[in-house]
Amino acid sequence: MQENQTQETEKPLYQKHIPIVTRSVAGKFRNFKTIVMVVAYIVYFGLPWIPWDRNSAVDQAILFDLTSRRFFIFDLIVYPQDIFWLAMILFIAAALLFFTTGLIGRAWCGYFCFQTLWSDLFIKIEHMIQGERPARLRLQKQPWNLEKVFKVGGSHLVMVIISVWTAITFAAYFSYAPSFVKDFFMGTAYPGGYFAVLVLTFTTYMSAGVAREQICLFACPYARFQGVMYEGDTLAVNYDVKRGEGEKGRSIPKAGLKTHEERAAAGHGDCIDCGFCVQVCPTGIDIRDGLQYQCISCGLCIDACNNIMDSVGYPRGLIRYDSETNIASDNPHPPRLEWKRLKVIGYAAALVLMTAVLGYNIGTRSNVEVNVQQVRQPLFVMLSDGSIRNRYVIHIVNKTESDEIYAIDVEGISPKALDMHYFRAVSVKAGKGLNMNATVNLSAEDALKVSKFNFVVTPASTKEAVKIEASFNSQREQH
Amino acid sequence: MMSQDTKKPAVKTTGHSWDGIEELSNPLPMWWVWGFYITCAFAFVYWLLYPAWPIGHMYTKGVPGLNTLTYTATSVDGKETQKTTHWNMRSKFMVEMNEHKAAQKQWFDKVASMPFAEVSKDADLMQFVNSAGKTLFSDNCAPCHQAGGQGKIKFSPNLTDDHWQYGGTYEDIHTTLVGGRRGAMPSFKAVLSGEEIVQAANYVLSLSGEPHDAGAAKAGDALFHGKAGCYACHGPDAKGMTAIGSANLTDKIWLWADVQGAKTPEAKLDEVKYVLINGANNGVMPAWGARLKPEQIKLLTVYVHDSLGGGK
Repeated sequence: MQENQTQETEKPLYQKHIPIVTRSVAGKFRNFKTIVMVVAYIVYFGLPWIPWDRNSAVDQAILFDLTSRRFFIFDLIVYPQDIFWLAMILFIAAALLFFTTGLIGRAWCGYFCFQTLWSDLFIKIEHMIQGERPARLRLQKQPWNLEKVFKVGGSHLVMVIISVWTAITFAAYFSYAPSFVKDFFMGTAYPGGYFAVLVLTFTTYMSAGVAREQICLFACPYARFQGVMYEGDTLAVNYDVKRGEGEKGRSIPKAGLKTHEERAAAGHGDCIDCGFCVQVCPTGIDIRDGLQYQCISCGLCIDACNNIMDSVGYPRGLIRYDSETNIASDNPHPPRLEWKRLKVIGYAAALVLMTAVLGYNIGTRSNVEVNVQQVRQPLFVMLSDGSIRNRYVIHIVNKTESDEIYAIDVEGISPKALDMHYFRAVSVKAGKGLNMNATVNLSAEDALKVSKFNFVVTPASTKEAVKIEASFNSQREQH
Repeated sequence: MMSQDTKKPAVKTTGHSWDGIEELSNPLPMWWVWGFYITCAFAFVYWLLYPAWPIGHMYTKGVPGLNTLTYTATSVDGKETQKTTHWNMRSKFMVEMNEHKAAQKQWFDKVASMPFAEVSKDADLMQFVNSAGKTLFSDNCAPCHQAGGQGKIKFSPNLTDDHWQYGGTYEDIHTTLVGGRRGAMPSFKAVLSGEEIVQAANYVLSLSGEPHDAGAAKAGDALFHGKAGCYACHGPDAKGMTAIGSANLTDKIWLWADVQGAKTPEAKLDEVKYVLINGANNGVMPAWGARLKPEQIKLLTVYVHDSLGGGK
């Protein structure tokens, strides 16, 4: 026992990072990843360049305009007041992550996460410039000669260029893309733009070009907490231990252990220990050790193993998407989606509900926002004839794309009681807000009767009146 | 004990050994060391650009001329001087205040160049009047007239109602602001007897429909228009005169006697009697013509007239 402890303490606590050099692989998961990547890049790099006809801002379909504090998303304009949409979107994103992870494991990590997308692209670049895994390994061991400088330096140069363009694209979402890119290279863009591009270039290159899987292993919180969302029935990338190891463990296909029947007779499993599943893994793990926190469930080892199984003529699916329960059972059924679970259905319900609430909120959002604030110093004033005056500040925000005239009226009291000075009808510029003073005078008798009334604000173009309740205060409420 | 003796440390030693105790060598990670060097370089550049080292009562101010701030300072008498100093927080504040002042100037200029009535018709300009006016009012007027302009009974008039001691037009308010006002009502203690003061007070209460003794009020009517000479200032119809700031006694608004606040007829009578006996000589509005700039006074005029809502 003591001997063991000593042995353990002698192991260094820090292990130097071993660079992961992955082998490329073909297969359906690789194809799916490629399709996702292409679509994601087209969307990300293309969106800021879509023109969109606008009156009150530049003609860009997606524009996060920080100076005017408006986010333009096609025909939707998001104002700071709509901040609770962000809370809903975050909730929906969380529920979607929990739902998918509970159902099919870390699908986000493996196929959609930008760390995965950019790492994947950068690995592809290395593959294209430096060659397949053995060539890259050879290059790694090689001293720094011209070939190595050219190939390694070249691939990193391409990565940096892509990182710069990634950063510029990100910044382009916050300004008019064509002029920003022009100004950027002319040296006349806003300093904040250069700073953003610098920071994002650095983080993109460092994360996807240098740190790679270490981001998933050590930096990413989502990678860590998704483990707790797994259940026995969750579909995950699994190695079929029983089939792979048999009674006597895995073995290379040496003489007498070549065919399926020979191996079964000898008690060896189907795994021929070729190591391809390890070589293709972007996080450098051996899936045959079981489910691990490093696994981003990208399915590349499935592709690799299926290719090998095809070539040696064994059935596919030694590594496959399956549930832990099914893999461990004596009588495994073909892998299937086990969605009839409280957790999955619960998350799905939350997801549908919140999406519906958000959709309803966005769909029914008014094009005008009206707030009425009562002036409280003083709360009311007695006038010379004994009548009572209350004062209000009306705030109108025009959320449309064009200037609008708003008619202001009252309901529940005589329209004559409202004094707006010159602003019974007022023009508010597109995307702007306006504060106005309103005065309401009621005779002594009326003041005692009225405690609530409505301000009615009607846009001239739509005639869709907005009613805001206001209270009227007089001496009576002092006691 | 045994295990400790047999254990070989995996870490390198410095080679120093005292009585068999070896000194381990655990150098700092290189990224940390470089981080330290970079902060040193940063600090050095910082010393050149910014105030840094305290030396007795003094301090280093960075390399002269390398990182300076230029701002315009306005002294109490309105003289503007341009100053250039080494970088410091106070000057940075002044530079920013200069910038904000310049940004405000276009709005002040616009208000100054337009007739009063035109300002109140411009919705955007009124927004500026509301916010800038509130600041000016809070700084200068609120100590007497209260933050919302509601005034204080027996001290300062309410600016949010519709009665104006000295007139409620833009021009009247402007005159009041520039030149100030001084209201004076003499004491009637020597002129009227105790009974006559009660009669006069009853008449004053009757003018605005407050509870009163009709007989005494009738006698008070005669005093008002005769012996006491109240009509000289308050007018024969008791509606006051804005030219001299005499109160309108026929409306519901009271400034020097808290008639609205008094609960019983006796208390109301006492309030009016007090003013008749002691006079009302505290009504002093200071002149702002010399203290505020013309455009500030003009903006305040519009604020008092339109934003506070009492003007007519």
